[in-house]
Order: sequence, then structure tokens, then C-alpha cells
Amino acid sequence: MSHAIPLRISQLIKPRTRLEEIFLDILVRIFALIPIGALSFIMFKIIQKGAGVITWEFLTQPPLDGMTHGGIFPCIFGTFAITLLMILMALPLGVAAAIYLVEFAGPGLFFRITRAAVNNLAGVPSIVFGLFGVGFFILFVGRNLDKVLQTGLLFGQPCMLWAAATLAVLVLPVIIVSTEEALNAVPQSQRAASLALGATKWQTIWRVVLPQARGGILTGAILSISRGAGETAPILFTGCAYFLPRLPVTKLFGVIPMINPFDQFMELSYHIFIMATQSLDAVKTLPIQYGTTLVLIAMTFLLNLAAISFRVHFRKKMGTVSV
Amino acid sequence: MDHKLFKKDVHWGEWLIQKALLLAGISSILIIALIFIFLFREAVRFFHTGTPMDLIGKWVYDDWEERNVFTMMWQSISEVPKYSLIPLICGSFLVAFPATLISAVLGIGCAVYLSEIAPYKVRETLKPALELLAGIPSVVIGFVMLAFIATFVQDLFHTKFRLNAFVGSLGVSLAVLPIMITISEDAMRAVPKELRDASYALGASKWQTIFGTVLPAAVSGISAAVILGFGRALGETMIVLMATGNAALVTGNIFSSVRTMTANIAAELGSVAQGSEHYYALFLVGAVLFTFTFVLNLFSEIVLSKMRQKLRM
Repeated sequence: MSHAIPLRISQLIKPRTRLEEIFLDILVRIFALIPIGALSFIMFKIIQKGAGVITWEFLTQPPLDGMTHGGIFPCIFGTFAITLLMILMALPLGVAAAIYLVEFAGPGLFFRITRAAVNNLAGVPSIVFGLFGVGFFILFVGRNLDKVLQTGLLFGQPCMLWAAATLAVLVLPVIIVSTEEALNAVPQSQRAASLALGATKWQTIWRVVLPQARGGILTGAILSISRGAGETAPILFTGCAYFLPRLPVTKLFGVIPMINPFDQFMELSYHIFIMATQSLDAVKTLPIQYGTTLVLIAMTFLLNLAAISFRVHFRKKMGTVSV
Repeated sequence: MDHKLFKKDVHWGEWLIQKALLLAGISSILIIALIFIFLFREAVRFFHTGTPMDLIGKWVYDDWEERNVFTMMWQSISEVPKYSLIPLICGSFLVAFPATLISAVLGIGCAVYLSEIAPYKVRETLKPALELLAGIPSVVIGFVMLAFIATFVQDLFHTKFRLNAFVGSLGVSLAVLPIMITISEDAMRAVPKELRDASYALGASKWQTIFGTVLPAAVSGISAAVILGFGRALGETMIVLMATGNAALVTGNIFSSVRTMTANIAAELGSVAQGSEHYYALFLVGAVLFTFTFVLNLFSEIVLSKMRQKLRM
């Protein structure tokens, strides 16, 4: 009797031999090794070819001799500058959006539409963001600002400001999603306690919820910096330059040095692309390509590693252990 | 009295903050809408000079055959500019289909391992590694394809072109793999443990449970992952720009050089006069691409939210 049911079920589902089970076990293990293998292969190859190129001069000198020698300092500077501008724009907006979604919007239609919009935004091709940057930021916002402010051609041209704005739009979903997750992890009882003590809703958010969500927000910020630093397509036409003889800096009131958001800039990922595909002598510049790729990949790798370990740390603190 | 005044102030401030937050909350809806508007605004201007038929092909006089021939080409810089979308769409699909296929097979297998087989420790090591893979900039994958893999593939298959659709789709599948694994693993882990237990209790083995219970229960989430992955593969830019050779051909040969919609925009927008027919044609390509990915994203979003609702029940 006790054998009857198993027999019938295993007749329904195609019975598999022990050998097939072992084969499948091994197969999925190999599948699981492939992403790891690919990651290791990329890291190994880039380090192997690029490590010899990295010298102090390479990191601190501008390109020389028609970009065949010298370093990549302007690219490193440009990458830092643009990701800084980007995060300054994206972080407040993204965090505010997430606060609204979690703390104010109920689980109604608005929430579902916003949810769908955020997910859809995350799936928009990066080159479409590039087109959007040109069509909206430069030609619409920029040109109209120039008309209204009578600034000639200051806003209506590709520059770091619009490149950073385009990247900010691109990383917005990353920040919203990770902030939402961080806010949701704060126990509801703490909000209730704060409200019961007479605090207003905003005081509760500002003093009770946000301090605890800091870790998760930080993780999202780091992830989006890494994402922004690696993106190329959105900045192709919104402000990136093949070569600039100067750094995009200016002096505020003639004294305080600051990033010039109205200048074009050189950038690491664009530098890799342009050197690998469009330099006059791609073989001669190979060491530079490897070196630049190593610098970029080291940067994004470390940022991601930091974000992951931050998240593990904060989740442990919040009591949820899974990665 | 002071107390009352204070309270009123706070309420006014709270109201303002809430409205500001609402504004931020709708930002993503607003941005999606703006992308729609500004892509299509430029795209429809193509039809001031061009016709919808131009997007398929043009009758062009052929000197060799000495008669008019219907050509489906993207040839923006020529005496008679041709803006046929057929070779670009063909190229996009010739890269995205194999890439989705490869990453779906690998990704679902990987997800099965992570969700059903891997011990806790292995899982906790593999997941961050996947995130690190996802964090590799696409330009780096493109560079690796260009510098190392392309020659290897050419030696292996003796292809005519060193850079071709297959090399591109290998790179793209690597870029799509992490998201494919993550979503399908989530779907499998969302399958209630009771179902597995019931299957085991009926005497099914581990793999019988996986094929008979877990995969059927997670099928909607897995298909959402595949659809989403396909959308990502269509939209991938830098890898295909660097690794597919960029020749706009109408072909079904995976070892042929192709030019995708994304690569076409990236390669040409930099050198085009704003307001020209060519410029609007590129926005039109962008609009078509955006429509494709938007529909795919929306579709997978609907499938996923249906699944979430079902599981909540």
C-alpha cells in the first residue's frame, strides 16, 4: 500500500536513472562555474597584460605623442569628476523618491505604476539614454536656458554637466531600489514608537528611519558610482572628448579651484573604447589600452566589493543574514 | 498659544516636504515619459523628408545590372542615402537571440544549482561573485572580446570575419547572465518548501522534484527572466559596438559581421549634423529600439507581478 503512491507519481514524472541524476548534478555544477570562470578569466587577462603598464607616470601624466605614450591622468580625473557630479544629482532625488514610495504612498495603483516605471527605467538601453541626453538635456533644456539667460552657447553644448545628468538618470533606479530595501528593513514598530511619542511623520523619518537606513543607502550610492564610472554609451555624445589638452577645472571667483561643469572631459571607459577601436595605430597603443582597462576594472571591482561587504555588514546588523 | 503656533508651522513644513517627496516619487514616471516624448519628437521629423517605405528599402539604379534594384541597406553617407532598418534589426536579433539562448541555458542551470543544490556556504560565495561579474563595465567585456576572444573564435571556427555576430553574442550573454540567474533563482526560491516536501514525500528524487515541481511552479518567473534578458541583450551597446564588426548586412549567418541598432546609433551620432535627415533617422532607430525594450520590460514586469500576487495568496 505504501508503495502504491510513489510508483504512480514516478510514472507520471518521467523516471530518471541514477546515472542521469549524477550527470545533471555535474552539469549544473559546471554551469555554475562558468560565470566564475569568466570573471576570473577577464580579471586574470587584464591584470596579466596591464600590470606592467601601471607606473606612477602612467597614473599622473597626460597622454603624449599623439596619444601613443604618456599616461591617463585626465581620464582618471574626468571619471572622478563626472561620477561626483552624477551622485550629487542622483542621490538626493533617488532617496527622496524611495522615501515617498515607502513611507507615504500606499500599496495602490500609484505605487504599482511607479514600481513598473523604475523597473522599466533600469532596462532602458544605455545608448537610448545617450540619445535622451542629446535630445532633452543639451538641445531642449540647454538651448532654452541659453535663450532665457542670454548666455550664448554655454548650456546648449555637450559638457560634463549634461553627461553627469544623463548618467544620473541611468543610475536612478539603482539608488531607488536599494534605498527602498533599506527603508523597508527598518522595523515598523520603531516608526510606531516614534509616532506614539508625539513625533511627526517627517521627524520620524528623519530621526528614526533614515539613520538606520544609512547603510543600505550608502550601498546603493557606491553601486551606482561603480555603474556610472563604467558606462560609456550615455556619455559618447553628451560631453566626452577624445583628447583635451587641459583638465576640466576652473576657478570660482578667480580663486577657489573647482570642477568646471561646462567643459568637456576625458573619461576612462571612453578612453578604452576609443583607443581600442579608433586610434591610428591600435597595436602601438595596446599597452595603454590594457593599462586603462586595468585601472577602470580595479576601480569598479573595489567599489562593488565595498558595496557588497557594506551590505553584508548592515544586513547582519539589521538581523537578516542572507546575502 | 505658542504651542499651537508651533504645531501649525510644523504642519505647513510637513506638507511642503511631502509634496517635494511626491515630486521626487514621480520622477521615474516623468523620466520614462520624457524619454518617450523626446525620442519620438525627433524621430517623427524623419518623415518630413523620408517615407515609411524608406525604412524598408529603396529602388536604386544599379550600374552593374543597369536597372533599378530594390536595396535594403543602411548607407547614410552616399549619393543616395539609404536608411533601411532591416539590416539593423536583423543584426540586433542575430546578436540578441543567441546571447539570450546561451545565457538562458547557463543561467537557469546556474539558478537550479544555487537554489536547489548548493550548500549555504557555496551560495554565499557564488552570489557576490555574480554581482562582481555584473559590475564589470560593458566596455571592458567588449575590449576582452576584441582583444582575446575574437581571435580564439576565428581560429576555432575558421570564420571569414574576425569580428562577427557570434563573438558579440558571447560577450552579450556574459553581460546578461547575472540578471538572468538572479531573477530565475528568486523565482525558484519563492516556490514554497511544502511543494518540495510533498514531492519528496511521494518518493520523487531530487531531480524529479526539480523538473516535476520546482521548475513548473517557477515557470513564470523564469520566463520573465528570459524576456528581461532578451531586452537587455537587444539594448547592449558597447560590447556589440566593439565586437561585431559593424557591417550593416542583411544576413542569417551568425559568423557574419553585423551592425545592431545600438551600435549604429553609437557609431554615427557623433559625426552627424543636427537637424539633418540622417540625424532624425538615428533617433528613429533609437525610438524603434526603445519600443522593443519597453514592451519586453513591461511584459516581464507584468509576468513578475502576477507571480508575486499568486505567491502571496
